Amino acid sequence: MRIPCPYCGPRDAHEFTCLGDATLTRPDPAAPDAASAFHDYVYRRDNPAGPHRELWYHGGGCRSWLEVTRDTRTHAITDARFAADRSSAAQGTEDRP
Amino acid sequence: MRYSFLSLLANAVSGQRLWTPAWRDAAPKPSYDAVIVGGGGHGLATAYYLAKEHGLHNIAVLEKGWIGSGNAGRNTTIIRSNYGLPGNIPFYEWSMTLWEGLERDLNYNTMVSQRGILNLYHSDPQRDAYARRGNAMRLHGVDAELLDREQVRAMLPFLNFDNARFPIQGGLLQRRAGTARHDGVVWGYARAASRLGVDIVQNCAVTGFLRDGERIVGVETSRGPIHAPKVGLAVAGHSSHVAHMAGLRLPIESHVLQAFVSEGIKPLIPNVITFGAGHFYISQSDKGGLVFGGDIDGYNSYAQRGNLPVVEDVCEGGMALMPRIGRLRLLRGWGGVMDMSMDGSPIIDRTPIPGLYLNAGWCYGGFKATPASGWCFAHAIARDEPHPAAAAFRLDRFATGHLIDEKGVGAQPNLH
Repeated sequence: MRIPCPYCGPRDAHEFTCLGDATLTRPDPAAPDAASAFHDYVYRRDNPAGPHRELWYHGGGCRSWLEVTRDTRTHAITDARFAADRSSAAQGTEDRP
Repeated sequence: MRYSFLSLLANAVSGQRLWTPAWRDAAPKPSYDAVIVGGGGHGLATAYYLAKEHGLHNIAVLEKGWIGSGNAGRNTTIIRSNYGLPGNIPFYEWSMTLWEGLERDLNYNTMVSQRGILNLYHSDPQRDAYARRGNAMRLHGVDAELLDREQVRAMLPFLNFDNARFPIQGGLLQRRAGTARHDGVVWGYARAASRLGVDIVQNCAVTGFLRDGERIVGVETSRGPIHAPKVGLAVAGHSSHVAHMAGLRLPIESHVLQAFVSEGIKPLIPNVITFGAGHFYISQSDKGGLVFGGDIDGYNSYAQRGNLPVVEDVCEGGMALMPRIGRLRLLRGWGGVMDMSMDGSPIIDRTPIPGLYLNAGWCYGGFKATPASGWCFAHAIARDEPHPAAAAFRLDRFATGHLIDEKGVGAQPNLH
């Protein structure tokens, strides 16, 4: 499996570490339903068989966090972008790496 | 036909023509008292114990492919009960106890071989951790022996004791552990369940659930709807996928775990050995091949095949442990899809949906658990209450904080 790093180009998967699901959003700890929202956030996953957005760290390269879209049935990667771009554009001030 | 010396003799003198099919390949009926989804070891064992221990004979096991085609046929066949946490030890020890009587119980040769498992330690802190685990096991009545370096050397002289980074200092030995024949276990349970009237239905994929309000009253399948007041899921690897059809979101990720077998050689490894400085476990099958594996690949996958970095990592672990295997050729490698739960421990429980029961989250350890998993899941389905040995494997433990984190790495499924 090769991951197309936007900075380094296509690189072997062993240069990367996978953190997992990139669609999770950290809940508001002051919200009244914070306990159950954090239970969902920390433990529950959609775990789809198909396209999956996930966070990968390019520790053996540019040391960027990437958001990779990968099909979990075939390992085919359809998209890879800097996680930083994603969080400023789509997620607001999300404080995951 | 009951297998015995007489049945063997009768077939020997009659040209092997008297054998009958080991189990009945049934067509689905429109309704049952209970349906188990998943014809792997766990599902078949559940059906067998439902029939044998709880008197439920009008039940079916639904399998989307053929029985034993999932993780029951993709493991490294190790059985053991060398766990350290109170929630785990009684369960896995009950499984070990069932393994010890399984062949007599099923009247089938599951090739249970109690050749022992040795977990090697390579440092003083690791020795302390293993001593603690061994003591926990002994306090629960499980056998455990802490061996020093010379005792290990007497048993396994071919290991690399003087590895510069990871010298072997000793190991924790469970003599009653060992291996069993994976497809023998599947067929043994299938045959025993079938003889008690259980319908084993193959090529029957579940595509949805039949509902009566909140309650689940059956399943939609590729071979038509099947009504049942109780539906049990034993589809580890695809638990999230099937549970999603019922509207459940599980604390599970699916990951691929690879295993390998070498070409067959003369007897070399007398037991199961695990490397303590990496993740590598190895044993020798009765055909002579060395069967080994290591870590999961570390990313979500339903692909049943892994990638080369983990192959390299596993082989490096093997070379660090016993350099002589470097001259062996690899015969096969394969991948299985694991339910990696958020604390590394399984779930055997009722669900918030009435009529639906869940057996999932087996991580690396499903095969050894097969008998007790079936036993305890059958208990949960038949009596609507958890079996005492599996009482800690609750689905809601992630919400209540009663995690069973044997490895102590937190809620990160790809680290368990």
